[in-house]
Amino acid sequence: MSGAIDIASWIMLVTGASFCVIGGIGLLRMPDFYARTHAAGITDTLGAGLVLVGLMLQAGPTLIAVKLLLILAFLELVGPTAGHALFKAAYADGIKVHEGEDVAQQVEQETAEAMASLEDAAGAGADGGESDAD
Amino acid sequence: MFTAAMTGVLITMLLALIAAVRGPTVYDRILAVNMFGTKTVLLIAVSGFLAGRPEFLDLALVYALVNFIGTVAVLKFARFGSLGRDDRRSQT
Repeated sequence: MSGAIDIASWIMLVTGASFCVIGGIGLLRMPDFYARTHAAGITDTLGAGLVLVGLMLQAGPTLIAVKLLLILAFLELVGPTAGHALFKAAYADGIKVHEGEDVAQQVEQETAEAMASLEDAAGAGADGGESDAD
Repeated sequence: MFTAAMTGVLITMLLALIAAVRGPTVYDRILAVNMFGTKTVLLIAVSGFLAGRPEFLDLALVYALVNFIGTVAVLKFARFGSLGRDDRRSQT
């Protein structure tokens, strides 16, 4: 029984920590401020939540678990609130939404280029075959 | 396993610091510092378990409370350039 709880808490701790790292990478990589808010929100709710629940499983039914539950409840309330306040302040201040390259358009263009190069290669092969036939 | 979680949280704090230094606007910096504070709460909680002294959780709780107030205060200061009496001055 305690082995199963240990395994569950281990999984939660590692998953929460990896969500935190993913959110940190997103904070550096996302193109504009609003996307970065989204990346930071993941670490505030899901990452912190999983780590704290993992610690709660380790603590068992004690006062420590109650304190962890308080921290968890406060973080879950406050993370989205702070994110929303930041978002509204930035929007009111006129921070632009990133409109550099449309991702769908970019994917379409890259697909078209790849198809064109494929057709070129096939065309070259077909040309070679034709010249042999000639 | 506490070490693994702690490593992840520390890496995230490092990334948040880089983002805070790099962020082009002040809102990016506030966002990164807010995230850094949340990760500090996690770090204190995990390190308490790692050291076998979970009394550190009180510190984590206080830090969570202070972090939110600090974020909103810095946000207000960055937005209005002062922490109070702005509405009263604009009314007169």
